[in-house]
Amino acid sequence: MKSIKNHLSLVVALLSILFSMQIFIVVERSIEAYKENLANNYSMVIVSQRKLSSTDIQEISSLISKIDELSPDNVITRLDNKMDAKNREFLKLTLPKFYKLGLDHYPTPYEITSLKKNLLKNKYITKVEDFAHTHDTTYKLLLLFKGVVSVFAVSIFIVTTLLIFKELRIWQFKHTERMNIMGLFGAPLWLRSAVLFRLSMADAVIASAFSFVIFSYTASNDWIQEQFDSIGIRVEIFNPVDDFILHLGVALTLSILLASFIVLGHKEEV
Amino acid sequence: MDKVIIANNLSLSYSSNETIINQADFSINSGNFVFITGASGSGKSTLLKSIYGALKPKQGSLIVGGVELKGVSNSKLNFLRRHIGIVFQDYKLVKEWTIEKNIMLPLIINGFDKGVTQIQVDTLLKHVRLKHQSGKFPLELSGGEQQRVAMARALSHNPILILADEPTGNLDDYSSQLIWNLLEGANKQLKTTVIVVTHHIPENLGVEYKHFHIEYGRINEVH
Repeated sequence: MKSIKNHLSLVVALLSILFSMQIFIVVERSIEAYKENLANNYSMVIVSQRKLSSTDIQEISSLISKIDELSPDNVITRLDNKMDAKNREFLKLTLPKFYKLGLDHYPTPYEITSLKKNLLKNKYITKVEDFAHTHDTTYKLLLLFKGVVSVFAVSIFIVTTLLIFKELRIWQFKHTERMNIMGLFGAPLWLRSAVLFRLSMADAVIASAFSFVIFSYTASNDWIQEQFDSIGIRVEIFNPVDDFILHLGVALTLSILLASFIVLGHKEEV
Repeated sequence: MDKVIIANNLSLSYSSNETIINQADFSINSGNFVFITGASGSGKSTLLKSIYGALKPKQGSLIVGGVELKGVSNSKLNFLRRHIGIVFQDYKLVKEWTIEKNIMLPLIINGFDKGVTQIQVDTLLKHVRLKHQSGKFPLELSGGEQQRVAMARALSHNPILILADEPTGNLDDYSSQLIWNLLEGANKQLKTTVIVVTHHIPENLGVEYKHFHIEYGRINEVH
């Protein structure tokens, strides 16, 4: 019972690190998915004095992924319904050309400013409408959300790392006598501390296994998927291969690193 | 005859302002049986600690098994300790291990084959009359039995040197006699050098021995 309790404290601490890490990953993925969604809906409009080819526009920036020429028909119809076809065609030729630009990804405010500058360098482009205000607000909101989650994740990481360190210190006191006795008979450091490493590695594996079960269940939960669907994005909450390997790697690295600190700090009794 | 221990101008201390052993010169030959006596706090155990490298010389030199212990590296010290068997008054057995595993410890550290290890442990358990208790844990045994386990552990890897710090201090006559017999046997049959720190030298010891007495930080050869 005491042994289970000892294991549990390290497993729970490691699990909370993995939990905060996975939450951060899910938020990151959600933001990426949302950005992609926004990028699909977001576009700029440019006004040109003459007809521009797609190549002409795409050469300006690699950020531009799609170019649609906006038809002036609706505008002309609204101007005068009695206009004859000849005049209508003439007006069409004299009117500036409007293009809607689709972007490769959701741009940062800096990318928008820079793209706008480059577009205006073209002598035929007279105006660029970037809808910057709306864009800026959404983008800043996303960054704020990401920042808050990052701070939260880092805080949990620091607190739980300290907890793990404390837990390993307790282990060290528990194992000091055996380590000293082994040292008296010439056991090298790795052999003396083998139990400590074995226990911390076992706990890292147990914590990763728990996180696998918890996140696999969460990922398959309909309610959570519905929440993502309601904001129009699809997010992979937990990848059973990649994410599990990441969890196992982080848990093992952390526990081995902390066990090493403890072992290297161990001093022989005189 | 080869010298196992050579001390020149050796001074030992735990802190900078107090010297426990002061400028000692002595040597111990291979195969010697040596007693170190002295009043409580005279520095007997301190000297023993310095021989197995737990306390580094403050001044002078101390060579054990050809290894200079002043400024010795950890790897060299580990190598030396693998050839030493130590018996403590408080036994220093690993409580979570069975007595069989405790005796195996030096053999495991020295990389002995599993089969050889098992034979050696079985033989030693018979010698210390604890064969029937091999699966027990140290705290299930009496003090005398625990010390016999510690003795078997010290002998298990056929060390060149056995250090015993008051090995019979808390024991009954039966266990004490068994310990002395084992130390005598190792010295006589295997030519192992034995150094025993004690308050009382047994009267009926069947081997020739050397006797050092520590007083006021000085080591004097008495016998």
